[in-house]
Amino acid sequence: MIAQRNMEVSIGSLSLQNPVMPASGAFGPEMHEALDFNKIGAIIPKSITKHPQPGNDTPRVCETHGGMINSIGIQSKGLDVYLSKTIPEFSAYDVPLISSISAESIDEFCEMSDVLGSHPDIDALELNISCPNLKGDGLAFGMDAEVTRELLTRVRQVTDVPLIAKLTPNVTSIQEIAKAADAGGADALTVANTILAMAIDTETKKPMVGNVMGGLSGPAVKPIMVRMIYQTSQVTDLPIIGCGGIMNGTDAIEMILAGASAVQVGTASFITPTALTDVVQEIRDYMERHDVKNIYDLVGSVEC
Amino acid sequence: MKQHLLPIISNVQVSSRYWHMKIDTTEMNETIEPGQFFHIRCSEGIFPFLRRPFSIYRINKEDDTIEFLYLVKGEGTKDLTRKKPGDTADLLGPLGYGFQLQPECDDILLTARGVGIATLAALAQEAGRKGVRCTAILSARSRDDLLAAETLQDFGAEVHKVTEEEGTSGVDSVESLMRDIINRKNIKALYTCGSRRLSRLNQRLAEEYKLPGEIALEEQMGCAMGACFACVCDLEEDGKQRSVRVCLEGPVFPLEKVVIS
Ligand SMILES: Cc1cc2nc3c(=O)[nH]c(=O)nc-3n(C[C@H](O)[C@H](O)[C@H](O)COP(=O)(O)OP(=O)(O)OC[C@H]3O[C@@H](n4cnc5c(N)ncnc54)[C@H](O)[C@@H]3O)c2cc1C
Ligand SMILES: Cc1cc2nc3c(=O)[nH]c(=O)nc-3n(C[C@H](O)[C@H](O)[C@H](O)COP(=O)(O)O)c2cc1C
Ligand code: FES
Repeated sequence: MIAQRNMEVSIGSLSLQNPVMPASGAFGPEMHEALDFNKIGAIIPKSITKHPQPGNDTPRVCETHGGMINSIGIQSKGLDVYLSKTIPEFSAYDVPLISSISAESIDEFCEMSDVLGSHPDIDALELNISCPNLKGDGLAFGMDAEVTRELLTRVRQVTDVPLIAKLTPNVTSIQEIAKAADAGGADALTVANTILAMAIDTETKKPMVGNVMGGLSGPAVKPIMVRMIYQTSQVTDLPIIGCGGIMNGTDAIEMILAGASAVQVGTASFITPTALTDVVQEIRDYMERHDVKNIYDLVGSVEC
Repeated sequence: MKQHLLPIISNVQVSSRYWHMKIDTTEMNETIEPGQFFHIRCSEGIFPFLRRPFSIYRINKEDDTIEFLYLVKGEGTKDLTRKKPGDTADLLGPLGYGFQLQPECDDILLTARGVGIATLAALAQEAGRKGVRCTAILSARSRDDLLAAETLQDFGAEVHKVTEEEGTSGVDSVESLMRDIINRKNIKALYTCGSRRLSRLNQRLAEEYKLPGEIALEEQMGCAMGACFACVCDLEEDGKQRSVRVCLEGPVFPLEKVVIS
């Protein structure tokens, strides 16, 4: 008889059938033709803004060694279209729906979290505090520990759904930010968003993406993310969602050993549209091979 | 939109810069239309990292094969040339919306620049099948790049070649050639791909002669599945601009609507 392998994980009060979910911005409703959404841990659509916004100039992506830089910006149709179209589209699936929010101020984060947090079809919120804050000299909210704490404290007051803070890796100490998000009332941390990067076409002497700089994702960033997950797990007991560079189940396991209890897969889906479900299967295979009964037996079990 | 692993029948160099690849699609049960494309993984490793988009050059329903014509540009296409007969091609697709041949348009004019010829060849093939008369202006750097001209002729198209080499590919000379063909042939629709300058020319002549038309666009792509919003362009409809994803809503769009930057 095949032993039961328990892959269920919890993000605050939310329970997921397995620890694998898409990374915001690298997943869309059209992918259902290639991927069985009901087999993943949760659905996270692209970050939503309150008002419609156009996104950045093209070219918006460029390839780099083992990864890509994107400067999509948050192209968004705004909260109204999100409520009337995006949510119904995704809530048809049997897995939890996590909304990723991007906002220009703490007030706006609160306002949007209030609306989305009270929506019956939304199970949790991921706060994208890694994007530039227009009211704070263009710095991301998540680059400042005090701002991060205040943001989480304020949003915590308006909603009871699980709150996931998506941290930026573009900081000196991810531990300080993680502690601040924890103190503010986050239920989980996504570690982490893209690394600020730049590439130049040496023939034309022009930046490779329209916005000059963009975010690096893909396998090239994975060792940095593994390090940050490990460091974060040293200072907080909050569940960590590992993100950045996962291409297969082994990469996911590596993050879990470093301290993540769930993972997000982004860019890999552009290469293999079934990457999310492939990672689920490969984690299960690993558990089989190492006779691991419960995924939590692996979380943070790196032997240093 | 699905990932398919299909056998390569042949992959050969056809001119100094162009290659041609034929794939067995027996195992793929999907309808493929001219103008659609596939996102192809050119190598197994993580560099080049992303897939590359390629239009379908020929759709051979009789023997269940499709063909691609590709220009060797950088690392991705260079890796693609290393594939051998019997190797597996990793294709995502068919993707996007293709060309539409309207029943009343029985005489059409295609203008292709460079490798834009690939996608218009598939259209010429379809036109040949449907008995639509087809004239094509093919523009390239050199005559060597215009080998695909023969394919279009095989489909029954009347082909005009213009090249930089011969100094015949300037917008002005293409314009007079187009005007001449439009008048002489009673052209009912215009189709174009591969050049911003020729696209603008097509837009201008379509408006002047009140002809419908379509354009196939190329944009840098990430996912080619509508998820990442890398491949956007603007359409103008009813005086308003709207952002669309080329991979999802295109790559073929109504000629008059596309805002060519
Ligand atoms: C819908 C569509 C259909 C296409 N059909 C064909 C075809 O039938 N035959 C053909 O030869 N080429 C076609 N192209 C262009 C082809 O995708 C590029 O030439 C190819 O991606 C170049 O890859 P590379 O690694 O050799 O070049 P590099 O220049 O090294 O590529 C670097 C990056 O830029 C991207 N890129 C470079 N040129 C283009 C381009 N023109 N359009 C979009 N992305 C580009 C690549 O995908 C890659 O991500 C098509 C493009 C699109 C969008
Ligand atoms: C095209 C693209 C768009 C993205 N958009 C968003 C976004 O809207 N919000 C967000 O929080 N992260 C966004 N990200 C970052 C991803 O969610 C993820 O953090 C990052 O890509 C690293 O994971 P990966 O290496 O698995 O792709 C985007 C990434 C890519 C590649
Ligand atoms: S390439 Fe990702 S949306 Fe078109």
